[in-house]
Amino acid sequence: MKLITFFTLPLLALSLLLSSTVYADRTLLNVSYDPTRELYQDFNQAFIKYWKEKTGETIEIQQSHGGAGKQARAVIDGLEADVVTLALSYDIDQISERAGLLPKDWQTQLPNNSVPYTSTIVFLVRKGNPKGIKNWDDLVKDGVSVITPNPKTSGGARYNYLAAWAFGQKQGGSQDAAKEFVKKMYKNVPVLDSGARGSTTTFIQRAIGDVLITWENEAFLAIKEFGDDKLEIVVPPVSILAETPVAVVDKIVKKNGTQDLAEAYLQYLYTPVGQKLAAKHYYRPYQPEYADSGDVKRFPKIELFTVNEQFGGWQKAQATHFADDGLFDQIVAGK
Amino acid sequence: MTQKSHIMPGFRPAISFTLFYLCLVVLIPLSTLVFKSLQLSWADYINIISHKRVVASFQVSFVTALIAAVIASIFGFIIAWVLVRYPFPGKRLLDALIDLPFALPTAVAGIVLATIYQPSGLIGKLLMDYFGVQVAYQPLGIVVALIFISIPFVVRTVEPVLQEFDTKMEEAASSLGANRLQVFVKIIFPNIFPALLTGFALAFARGVGEYGSVIFIAGNLPYVSEIVPLLIVTKLEQYDYAGATVIALTMLMISFLLLLVINLLQRWVRKRSGQL
Repeated sequence: MKLITFFTLPLLALSLLLSSTVYADRTLLNVSYDPTRELYQDFNQAFIKYWKEKTGETIEIQQSHGGAGKQARAVIDGLEADVVTLALSYDIDQISERAGLLPKDWQTQLPNNSVPYTSTIVFLVRKGNPKGIKNWDDLVKDGVSVITPNPKTSGGARYNYLAAWAFGQKQGGSQDAAKEFVKKMYKNVPVLDSGARGSTTTFIQRAIGDVLITWENEAFLAIKEFGDDKLEIVVPPVSILAETPVAVVDKIVKKNGTQDLAEAYLQYLYTPVGQKLAAKHYYRPYQPEYADSGDVKRFPKIELFTVNEQFGGWQKAQATHFADDGLFDQIVAGK
Repeated sequence: MTQKSHIMPGFRPAISFTLFYLCLVVLIPLSTLVFKSLQLSWADYINIISHKRVVASFQVSFVTALIAAVIASIFGFIIAWVLVRYPFPGKRLLDALIDLPFALPTAVAGIVLATIYQPSGLIGKLLMDYFGVQVAYQPLGIVVALIFISIPFVVRTVEPVLQEFDTKMEEAASSLGANRLQVFVKIIFPNIFPALLTGFALAFARGVGEYGSVIFIAGNLPYVSEIVPLLIVTKLEQYDYAGATVIALTMLMISFLLLLVINLLQRWVRKRSGQL
C-alpha cells in the first residue's frame, strides 16, 4: 500500500504537469471584475481560435473575477495578470501607482482611452414595478427598499453612488443637497454586499428589496437568466457612463514572455468580432457599427454623463467620496 | 554524563518539531503582522482603532460571538449529554451529523442559513409572521450563523469528559439521599464545567474570527452588522494595508487576552473542584 502511493503520487503529479504543458503553449491570465464572466468566456473561445489560425499556437486563457477593488489588490499583491479588464480606471491607476506594473499613461495605449466597451447604471425592479420606480428620486421615498453593493469595495457600486449624487446635485442645486439625497437613499438600503453579483443574488434569490441599482449588462443578464415574468428593467432618464478600461500589465507580460499575445488579445476586443461579442453580452460597444443591429437596438437612449465631466476624474472622486472619512463614510455614519 | 537527558525518550526531536511547527505556522506569520503595524506611529494606531466605525464593528463581533458561544454551550452540553447518556436508534448517525459544520465550507453554511432565515425563507417567514422577528440581515443573523459553526466545538469537548465521568459518584450521592437536581448541580455539573468552559472558549474564539458564513447572512451594514473580519477585508480592498493590519493586530490581542482569562478561570475552577 505504502509502496504504491510512494510511486503513484509523483507519477500522478508529473503526468498532470506534463499534460498541462503539452496542452497549451502559453497561458494568459485575464483578471477582470464581477459581471464580465460570460462575456470573456465567449470572447476567449473566439480569440483562442483566431490565434490558432493566425499563428498555429495553442494557447490557454484563464479568467479571474471578483469585486474590482479585490481584483486590483490581488494583482498588486502578486497575482500575475497578463491583462486586466476592470470596472474603472482608478483601480488600474492603483496597480500602476502602488506596484509600478504598468506605465502611468497606460490609458493612452489603446483606442478610446483603452475603453473597448462601456456600460451604464439602470434599475432592476420586480415584475409590474409595484413601487412605481421611474427615476432616481423614487429611490429616496419612504418604504422603498434599495439594493446596491458597498461602494468601498465594488466598482459598480461607486458608479451607482456617483450617479445618485449627480442626480441629487442637479435636482437640489448644491453639494449639500446631493449629500442629503444620497444619505436618504442609503437609509433605504438594508444589505450592503461587497460586489455587484452578490447584490444581484440578494435581490433575486433572497427576494430582498424593491429595486436593484446595477450595471446595465448585469440587469439584462438577470432578465435572461431568471425570465421577464419576474423582473423588469427600468431605465432612468439620466445616468452615468461607466467606462470600463482594459490594459496590458507591462512588467508581467515581459516577465512571462506574453507581450505579443496580451496586446493582440486586447486589440481583438476592438475588432468587429470583439465588438459584436461585447454587444451580445449587453455591453455598449465602442463602435456599434460592428455589432449586430438587433443587439444594439436593445440599448435604450439615455442621457449619460461621465465621471470626468461631473466629478473631475476618478482620482478626485475617490478622494472626496470613498476615502476613509470621505463623504460616503460620513453618510453611513449619519453625519 | 554532562548532558542531562530527559526521562521520556524522544524529547528533543519532539520539542524541536513543536517549535519548528509553531514558528513556521503561527509565530512567523503573526510577527509579520506586528512588524507591519510597527510602521505606523502610535497616534496613527489610536486614530484607526478609535474610529467609530471600527469600534462599532468590534462591538458587533464580540457581542454576537459571546451570545453565540453562550447559546452554543448550553445546547452543545445538552446534545453531548444525550449522546453519552441515552441509548437510542440512529445515535451513530446523529453523532456523525454533529461534525458536519466542521467539514462544510462556511460560505455554504452562510448561504444556506441566509436562504432559510431570510424574511421570505422557510423559517424566516414563520418567525416574521408569528413573532415579527427578522433574523437574516440583522445582527441576530450573525448569532445564528455563529451558533451553527461553533456547536461542534462544545459537543466534542464535553462529550469525552462526560464519557469518562464515573457514575459511581452519582450513585453514591443518590444513596446518600441527594435528589436528581442535587446530583446534577453538585456532582455532575462541577465536574463537567471546566470542559464546558474550554468548549465555550473555542466556540467564542471561532466566532470572533469567523468570516465566510457571516458575510452572507449579516447584511454587512456599517455600524449595524459589520463584523471586524469584514472591515479588515474592506480596508484591504481600499489598499489600506496599514489600517487592516492595525485592526487585525488589535483583534488578535483582545482575543488572546480573553482566551488567557478563560484559561486562568478554568485552572481556578479545576483547583476548586479538586481536579488539579
